[in-house]
Amino acid sequence: MSFVKGLKCRECGREYPIEPIYVCDFCFGPLEVVYDYAGIKKNLTRAKIQSRPQNLWRYRELLPIDGEPIGSLYSGFTPLVKADKLAKVLGLKELYIKDDTVTHPTLSFKDRVVAVALTKAKEFGFDTVACASTGNLAHSVSAQGAKTGFKRFIFIPASLEQSKIIASLIYEPNLIAVEGNYDEVNRLCSEIANRYRWAFVNINIRPFYAEGSKTHGYEIIEQLGWHAPDNVVIPCASGSLLTKIWKSFKEMKEIGLIQNMKTKVFAAQATGCSPIVTAIKQGVDVIKPVKPNTIAKSLAIGNPADGFYALQVVKESGGYGEDVSDEEIIDAMKLLARTEGIFAETAGGVTLAAAIKLIKGGYITKDSVTVICITGNGLKTQEALIGHTIKPHQIKPNLASFEEILKNINKQ
Amino acid sequence: MAVKVRIPVPLQRLTQGKEEVEGNGGTVIELVRDLDKKFPGIGERISEGGKIRRFVNFYVNEEDIKDGDEVSIVPAIAGGKAVNSKW
Repeated sequence: MSFVKGLKCRECGREYPIEPIYVCDFCFGPLEVVYDYAGIKKNLTRAKIQSRPQNLWRYRELLPIDGEPIGSLYSGFTPLVKADKLAKVLGLKELYIKDDTVTHPTLSFKDRVVAVALTKAKEFGFDTVACASTGNLAHSVSAQGAKTGFKRFIFIPASLEQSKIIASLIYEPNLIAVEGNYDEVNRLCSEIANRYRWAFVNINIRPFYAEGSKTHGYEIIEQLGWHAPDNVVIPCASGSLLTKIWKSFKEMKEIGLIQNMKTKVFAAQATGCSPIVTAIKQGVDVIKPVKPNTIAKSLAIGNPADGFYALQVVKESGGYGEDVSDEEIIDAMKLLARTEGIFAETAGGVTLAAAIKLIKGGYITKDSVTVICITGNGLKTQEALIGHTIKPHQIKPNLASFEEILKNINKQ
Repeated sequence: MAVKVRIPVPLQRLTQGKEEVEGNGGTVIELVRDLDKKFPGIGERISEGGKIRRFVNFYVNEEDIKDGDEVSIVPAIAGGKAVNSKW
């Protein structure tokens, strides 16, 4: 049974039926899924959720699907790691890492949104799924689309790094390498989406796709023992993840699964691409587009579609935002790895480094409960660390050579 | 001051199917008012209360519109119109 009422324009409020559409016909504003929360409240209990398998579908009443999910039965329900060692370094009492570096099957939170997008695409009757991406999204659509039996078209800029191309090619999608920059790939894809009846997960399926991000938030609340944290630090590219985590917290309260929600939402961006954080810091409502220049490529959206709404969430919740340099990103990636044993992608470095600044600035207080959202795995972006890690100890294949090195190691 | 204005597909119903029309105005909002006189209804689609709607982008050669300029009206893709970047 579905509790979805329809789609609604976030700008002018016009309502639309459930169809593969994504912009308001009238004012071009983005469309958002609306639910019958009173109906969900009567139907969904903590016990019911807890009785279900540990995947993202345990919150299915709050997701925009009508029937049974077609796949992704192992996606979601990633660990909420109590980060005591890191907390000690940062001087916090209670700190958690929501660890989507281990999301099944492609090691980023994109597996959540793609899970919902593909089930919805099947319900709409599409036989082909597509996306424009250079990284995490391409991997997830390639992999999950293979398992669920879709024809797949993945559009990338031809100049992409070989390691990222191979991580898509292994699933044998139709990989279209476009001779142009990312901007041109995106523009081409919106033209293709108009001409072919394909499910472009982040274009015509976007209102449904984006709802998948909410599961990251539901899990945080369930894993905290049905409590909302005091602070949550979230990386921002388009700003969609931040707005959806906020929506998930609000929904949990709305349907009565938690009593209180006073979470402050904090936005994290790289200084080389920080249009949302810049607007937060300047206290203005206009997001000024930028040309990205940062090692955090998965966050490098210069003109973020949900930037305005992300800004409103930060304001409404009493949060703030911080931006961090490439050097701070790498330092934070290393800190997370050596304290908590988690190897995050560059975006994770952004989030932790921003959290550190927010603590120093007094925006996050020491005795509050804080969750840092880590959204992708570091094995995918190893190039960023070349020349920045410690060096291996090179020895001859004999005991004397080893013991000489060991003496030096023990001295340090 | 005459400029050429490129009209996106969703608005071409209001311009009798024309992809490109002529308009007048020294600022973007003046141009919108002029277009609305010629093509009634187009104004409220791309502006509200004297301001351009949030999800409509205007591309102009320069900040102020000059004679002979070309102006493109482009609905922002809800997925983020990435500037030299990715989704």
